[in-house]
Amino acid sequence: MKIKKRMTVEQFSAWFEVMRFAIAIFIAFAISFIIMSFSTNTPLEAIGNLFVGPMTSIRRFSTVLEALIPLTFAGLAVNVMFKANQFNLAAEGALFMGALVAAILAIYMPGPPVLVIIACMIAAGIVGSLVCAIPGILKVKWNCSEMVVSLMLNYVVLYFATYIFNKVARDPDSAYKASYSFREGVQLGNIIPKTRLHAGIFIVAVFVVLTYIFMFKTKWGYKLRVTGSNIHFAKCAGISVAGVIMSSQLIGGFIAGVGGSTEMLGMYSRFQWSSLPGYGFDGVILNILAKENPAYIPVAAFFVAYLRIGADYMYKQSDVASEIVAIIEGLVIILVAATAFLAKYRHKMTTKVSKNLLEAGGAK
Amino acid sequence: MNKKVILKVENIWKVYPNGIVANKNINFEVHEGEIHALIGENGAGKSTLMKILFGIENPEEGKIILNGEEVKIENSKKAISLGIGMVHQHFMLVDSLTIAENIVLGNEPKKFGMFMNKEEMQKRAAECSEKYNFNINVNEKIENVSVGVKQKTEILKALVRGAKILILDEPTAVLTPQETKELFVELNTLKKQGHTIIFISHKLNEIMEICDRVTIMRHGTTVETSFVKDTSPQDISNKMVGREIVLTVEKKPARRGDVCLETENLVYVNNIGKKSLDGVSIKLRKGEILSVAGVEGNGQSELAGILTGMIKPLSGKVIINEKLIEEYEPSVFRSNKLSYIPEDRMTNGCAAKLSILDNMFADKIDQFLYNYIFLDRKKMREKAEHNVEDFNILCGSIQHQVQMLSGGNIQKVVASRELTEEAEIIIAEQPTRGIDAGASELIRKKIVEFRDRGAAILLVSADLNEVLELSDSTIVMHNGKVNAYFQDTSKLTEEELGYYMLGVKKQTEEEVKGIL
Repeated sequence: MKIKKRMTVEQFSAWFEVMRFAIAIFIAFAISFIIMSFSTNTPLEAIGNLFVGPMTSIRRFSTVLEALIPLTFAGLAVNVMFKANQFNLAAEGALFMGALVAAILAIYMPGPPVLVIIACMIAAGIVGSLVCAIPGILKVKWNCSEMVVSLMLNYVVLYFATYIFNKVARDPDSAYKASYSFREGVQLGNIIPKTRLHAGIFIVAVFVVLTYIFMFKTKWGYKLRVTGSNIHFAKCAGISVAGVIMSSQLIGGFIAGVGGSTEMLGMYSRFQWSSLPGYGFDGVILNILAKENPAYIPVAAFFVAYLRIGADYMYKQSDVASEIVAIIEGLVIILVAATAFLAKYRHKMTTKVSKNLLEAGGAK
Repeated sequence: MNKKVILKVENIWKVYPNGIVANKNINFEVHEGEIHALIGENGAGKSTLMKILFGIENPEEGKIILNGEEVKIENSKKAISLGIGMVHQHFMLVDSLTIAENIVLGNEPKKFGMFMNKEEMQKRAAECSEKYNFNINVNEKIENVSVGVKQKTEILKALVRGAKILILDEPTAVLTPQETKELFVELNTLKKQGHTIIFISHKLNEIMEICDRVTIMRHGTTVETSFVKDTSPQDISNKMVGREIVLTVEKKPARRGDVCLETENLVYVNNIGKKSLDGVSIKLRKGEILSVAGVEGNGQSELAGILTGMIKPLSGKVIINEKLIEEYEPSVFRSNKLSYIPEDRMTNGCAAKLSILDNMFADKIDQFLYNYIFLDRKKMREKAEHNVEDFNILCGSIQHQVQMLSGGNIQKVVASRELTEEAEIIIAEQPTRGIDAGASELIRKKIVEFRDRGAAILLVSADLNEVLELSDSTIVMHNGKVNAYFQDTSKLTEEELGYYMLGVKKQTEEEVKGIL
């Protein structure tokens, strides 16, 4: 690579991050390709399907966007909690609980559908907050590891929610395990005919913007970032760190809960989840890919959703198992998260850039 | 004098991953059997150069020539095998082990290849201590010995491993004058026995006293090497900073006002059950700088911790402006217009990964908002730019992470945040520790400026020069108690202060009560 004479170290770093990401993806695909060649005679075709599959029809492309919605919600929820340096994984449970509460209200609550939908979302958000608050309280009060508590809590939530589901909402006449149908009209409308893409995409867009503003433009976001970056310093500067940690868990949980209700009202007409959907953990993955910046979460979510839909298409078109995508995802994340990957090259180039700057007389 | 060059570095370049060029084209020579001083401002690249010599960092370019042969020092193990030893500024000792155990740690003598040979270990440690005339009991545990003895243990540790060249990184920063004297006697003994010593220090008088030659570094490169006898402190400091600097702070006599901070019989018990504060009563008045001197670990940092709400006393009272403090939280103290420059700037003073800008408002973000909740970025930027200029903070941009700055500049960021117009009481804990003359000068000047404006300053410092130069009154702490009170610091000498710090001398209760 040729370096422009006046390139600063910051410019180089930004350029390097993009390039590193591209190389990580390339390597991940290359390795997956090798693995694929063992199981199929037409690996080229298979990987081609993986790439172009989601773009072969509007319907397929819209499924990418559909899948992006809950992923982004989960990513934002985890982001708010991670930024406060809390490794709280209860977004999973919060999302599940939010979906169930929304479903119950959608079945039983009378009134105009629009109001019911709004009530569903608010109620789901509050329930999500309560779920994420549990590890938060235990952390602030007794310094329990929020990671262990939240990981275990997710199963408690799952079985508790299943109990409520069986008691309150399960339709005994249904052939499979599902709730009664939601009331007529209590659904997020489709926005493109003949697809399942629903108005949730607008809701999630609003949440991305709100989260970004909250994080970087408000005093709460500022205090949260200071606390997450160095809790001792925050305390010393007079910030009430316990309050900041608690509120970040409540907000994260709220986002997850709303995410659950949006998914439920957008994609389903009955509640039929019987295991954890895994979005909470996907949220962690997205934060690694997006370097914990809420503005990049939707981009990362698009990437992951695209891969998964592509894999589905590949699986239907050829004899390669769709699980290959889990390998690709894993490899990309390892390479992105591994700070040492390409570090030598980076250091060599940084040295060169800095020396160039010195010679040009523009450095300190 | 023996003029043989034992160690030579040629054209050393070191660039850190964040793009900071710490060493540019360094050339440097050390003669066998000399004490060679290395001096320079923070961020001048001294520590980096020493880390390269001890194998902690690897240079991008350049040669290291030891005894006429080019060597590659990939890691500390290699450095030790080449006969280079280093005593770090922060001690690397295991508190619960004895001195002898610490000295042999890593190459313990063994019985039957697996059991510790205690007698052999003690013998070896004692022999070494005797050989170099270090007067210490090697069977004592590290946690029970003074800072001076810890330092000797560190030096012995290096010597036992066969170090011919010893690098000492600010060895006197934590010592009392008496301990410093002892150390110097020992360094001279080592020199006579043929050891070479590289001595890093910010204290010019020490360099004048003990070193043979001095190398001055500035902005990552060596400015000049000269014989100490041909130079003067003023000369060295000017070359180091690149401009004339004032070695003493000009200040008018204090105009003391009302008492604004008061403590009554503070008692604090630390987590191993020791009384770190044992009935401390002081009064701080507006318009004065009251310094708290003492050997580290005699209760000063606990006192500062209580007076800023970081820790809660077991008993006793704190009264600010005639109001009794009931809740020990930093926010309560800060709302009483108290500000705090903490001792450990990286832990309590800043968030290293956030930008300089973001670091300047952690305590007062509520003054930089519009519509009550949104950050007023423009106002913040203006204030931050103003701080950068006012405190002469060297940085590329206020958007850079704080961790990219040198220690002195980080301290200036902390000081610029804490020394704000509203501050009426300032608790400054070691405000100039480990930072260079230029930055110290600036921070000390600012502190005097605030005093003249009527603020009260409590200065906790282990640096006797600072205590003597800056403060109006002084208390000395020993074993958690106030050992002495001097209403007029200018009548004190370093020696006198040293005796009280070590507990050799002690004032009567009546004299100590002079503060009340």
